[in-house]
Amino acid sequence: MSIELADVENIAHLARLHLSDAEKQEAANSMTDILGLIDQMQSVNTDNVEPLAHAFDAVQRLRKDEVTESNHRDELQKIAPETDQGLFLVPKVIE
Amino acid sequence: MEWETVIGLEVHVQLSTASKLFSGTSTAFGAEPNTQANIYDLAMPGTLPVLNQEALRMAVKFGLAIDAEIGKKSVFDRKNYFYPDLPKGYQTSQLDFPTVGKGELVIDMEDGSHKTIGVTRAHMEEDAGKSLHEDFHGKTGIDLNRAGTPLLEIVSEPDIRSAKEAVAYLKKLHSMILYLGISDGDMSQGSMRCDANVSVRPKGTTELGTRTEIKNINSFRFVEKAINIEVERQIDIIEDGGRIIQETRLYDSERNETRSMRSKEVANDYRYFPEPDLLPVVIDDAFIESVRETLPELPDIKRARFQEQYGLSEYDAMVLAADLATANYFEEVVAGCDDAKLSANWVMGDLQAVLNKNETPISQSPVAAKDLAGLISRIKDNTISSKIAKTVFEAMLAGEGDADAIIESKGLKQVTDTGAIEAMVDEVIANNPDQVQQYKDGKEQVIGFFVGQVMKASQGKANPGQVNQMLKEKLSS
Amino acid sequence: MMIDSGLADISRALADGSISSVELTQDYLKRIAAENTDLNAYITVCDELALAQAKAADEKRSNGNAGVFTGIPIAHKDLFCTNGVRTSCGSRMLDNFIAPYDAFIVERFNEAGAVTLGKTNMDEFAMGSSNETSFYGPVKNPWDRTRVPGGSSGGSAAAVAGRLCAGATATDTGGSIRQPASFTGITGLKPTYGRVSRWGMVAFASSLDQAGTMTQTAEDAAMMLNVMAGTDVKDSTCSNAPVEDYTANLDKPLDGLRIGIPVEHFSDGLDSEMEKAIRAAIAEFEKLGAVVKEVNLDNSHLSVSAYYVIAPAEASANLSRYDGVRYGYRCDNPVDLEDMYKRTRSEGFGAEVKRRIMVGTYALSAGYYDAYYIKAQKIRRLIKNDFQKAFEEVDVIMGPTSPHTAFPIGSKNDDPVTMYLEDIYTIAVNLAGLPGLSIPAGLVNNLPVGLQIVGKDFAESQLLNVAHKFQQVTDWHTRQPG
Repeated sequence: MSIELADVENIAHLARLHLSDAEKQEAANSMTDILGLIDQMQSVNTDNVEPLAHAFDAVQRLRKDEVTESNHRDELQKIAPETDQGLFLVPKVIE
Repeated sequence: MEWETVIGLEVHVQLSTASKLFSGTSTAFGAEPNTQANIYDLAMPGTLPVLNQEALRMAVKFGLAIDAEIGKKSVFDRKNYFYPDLPKGYQTSQLDFPTVGKGELVIDMEDGSHKTIGVTRAHMEEDAGKSLHEDFHGKTGIDLNRAGTPLLEIVSEPDIRSAKEAVAYLKKLHSMILYLGISDGDMSQGSMRCDANVSVRPKGTTELGTRTEIKNINSFRFVEKAINIEVERQIDIIEDGGRIIQETRLYDSERNETRSMRSKEVANDYRYFPEPDLLPVVIDDAFIESVRETLPELPDIKRARFQEQYGLSEYDAMVLAADLATANYFEEVVAGCDDAKLSANWVMGDLQAVLNKNETPISQSPVAAKDLAGLISRIKDNTISSKIAKTVFEAMLAGEGDADAIIESKGLKQVTDTGAIEAMVDEVIANNPDQVQQYKDGKEQVIGFFVGQVMKASQGKANPGQVNQMLKEKLSS
Repeated sequence: MMIDSGLADISRALADGSISSVELTQDYLKRIAAENTDLNAYITVCDELALAQAKAADEKRSNGNAGVFTGIPIAHKDLFCTNGVRTSCGSRMLDNFIAPYDAFIVERFNEAGAVTLGKTNMDEFAMGSSNETSFYGPVKNPWDRTRVPGGSSGGSAAAVAGRLCAGATATDTGGSIRQPASFTGITGLKPTYGRVSRWGMVAFASSLDQAGTMTQTAEDAAMMLNVMAGTDVKDSTCSNAPVEDYTANLDKPLDGLRIGIPVEHFSDGLDSEMEKAIRAAIAEFEKLGAVVKEVNLDNSHLSVSAYYVIAPAEASANLSRYDGVRYGYRCDNPVDLEDMYKRTRSEGFGAEVKRRIMVGTYALSAGYYDAYYIKAQKIRRLIKNDFQKAFEEVDVIMGPTSPHTAFPIGSKNDDPVTMYLEDIYTIAVNLAGLPGLSIPAGLVNNLPVGLQIVGKDFAESQLLNVAHKFQQVTDWHTRQPG
């Protein structure tokens, strides 16, 4: 399975990564290699096998519906790149 | 060419839990920006989700109310996309194994008919935050108070065939979720949001046409308008020989048109996969039964009971049962005056008119149920006429006291003493010989004139029934 | 010097008053100041915090309130959130991130009275097997400073091996504790998945990540595990399994212990000198009364393939939150939102992280999900079944931790797949969620060799017992570089 530049561009966009042309070619090459490794999985028949998502057969714990958190905005926004009047600022979003 | 419209509705309901779906942060409305956003809600590194029990119960409650299959094992999935109001860069939602499976909702049309609309599924997911585009000098401000609030996404089957049916579905859904107490369902505030999937096809065919998704509809009225205008647009295109593009469109209520959402045209590959930070949610029969026990009498059952217990018409029963608060108010009035018909008329008529005019919910009614019952009791026992009752009601609205107090202070007691009435009737007959002649000549409607005269002489207090009766006797003799 | 000793000895010395926590801490800090510029084991050294904690510990002791761990100086891998202290995950993306809260295990250690010497270096976001992908530069192996210490927990390994702390916390997703432990001649424990809370542990691959220990001995590991293990309501994947005193059964005799040797782990890829050392180590267990038999882990050869779908897939989503909006790195002068996302992430992440995000995104994308992600989860089930089958006949499984000893810095940077194959013996254990540890078991060309011991679910007590008995009759774990 070989990865083309168009595939790389599509994936990079989905992942919001910017790659230069040289990086795109390098990505195509290394991804092709990695897919070679991954494709080895196809050598085994798994038609009747159930996927294993969690190592153990446990079930989700439930949390009581109560407010346990209080306002820490100032503290938490101290490390934010840009804020104004309590909001996180980003370049204008066009809907 | 005759066209058929096919509509499916996706409704997002904000569940009214105290805390968020996966964190213990408050969901209270109206807080200062980002004061209800903890380290999990801000997607700080190393934070993890834990499921809110009440959100799960509310979802199951909804499922039971629409007779749906309940997913005894449901799974959360990550829906991946980038947007500044989505802190983790993915929304934790449910894809293949939702908590609620197939169910149905019976909708009530204006002509009294009913139709069953299938519900495909309902699942829980996190709400995103809010983006504010003004006031930030060319930047956008992000408020994450809402991020992580539990949503129930309810998807209907494409069984809806008109904009009116769509509105009926939404109204029934709205009524249902208020009954269940799982949300305040306020479309204007965003605690209930509706997206419509609309397509058309030639009448009689079974293949589905290409559909568009209409977003940004925030009232029942706009649902109807948006769907109608979109159907028109699609038919125009097809009849002109064009093809419908599958896309998301925004409804513009000012221009009454739908617009293509350019940013969403690029197909989003959400790359769903099971959420590894959460385990499968497994519920047993005991859990489901414990939720079932909290179900209230549902709207359709209440409507049927109102018809039977109170002898109401289906229409009246439907109107009263549509809103739980109204239904409870109505029943309290009946309990206080023992007259269902009068209670229904007053609640749906005079009271509702006042509430509508002032946009007041019945829970904040200026007249309490027991006081309305008191007023109706005075009509029933002939203390006042229905006409005078309206005057008393106005005074009650103005806060002048209860019915008895007002009747007393304004001297509005109805005159029912036969002798007093007879005296007034005799006098009016004596003073109007021409009209007496007209009546005897066969012009029976002239009796209205006489009734009016007697009522005027009695300052409206004579019992109209008795006046009418007496006039007929005397004029016919 | 006292600071060359392990946790257990230090605990005893503190208890009998032969040294104070402040003295110990000062000695460690001095040695760190002298060595760290070269070894690069620490990203952040917490001089002030450590001395304050040490002082408090000594006070507690003088009030008679000291516990086993009071006053012991340790280091935390730099992906555990430490309140008020930079938590970088070895990445430019979090170079400016001062964590606003403590990870569960950090809280536990603080409550136990430990002293935090600092945050250790690591492969960026735990992605790597050599500690060469860190934004802060590679870590050097104290045994040979031209060689890697292994990864991703290379900093913790070098800190313990270089005696720059008494013990260190670390994480293991595909071998990131065991492999560096093997390269640096120390004991590294990865507990059963769910044994230790992941709250505050920055996620790489959620269903595989587990916090563990790096120490000089199994006894030390047991002491640390006692502090770390336990249920946590804030982590839905954390187990309710009862917590034991992991030091209680260290001395249990090994008579009748059934040891399984996977045939697949002793094939072509294994260096012949390594194999000799491993087999010699296993022979020691037979002398202690254990019985050895061959077992099969049939799908072992597919573990790296499955891992390099699942881990990058989960990582690609876990790392989406690094977008320059609420914390962390943001590029200069973004032109618009797209530009901000793309440049922030491209400048903030290193090459290996970007590579894995791309692979993960690809594996989850439309059209490939079934062939890659679902397929990998099915392989995962087969691998778990293999272990379950093997454990019907044996109590523990042993083999080499790594196919060879520590390799030179820079020698494996051409081809990512070659680096991925470093974890060929360790990865399956993470896929199955089982506990595993690596203990020093020999030297080849004066470089450490690690023996991997894998146990059943929640069998940490047994693993530590097995390792401890070995350490009572051998001295590989006492060997030091130079």
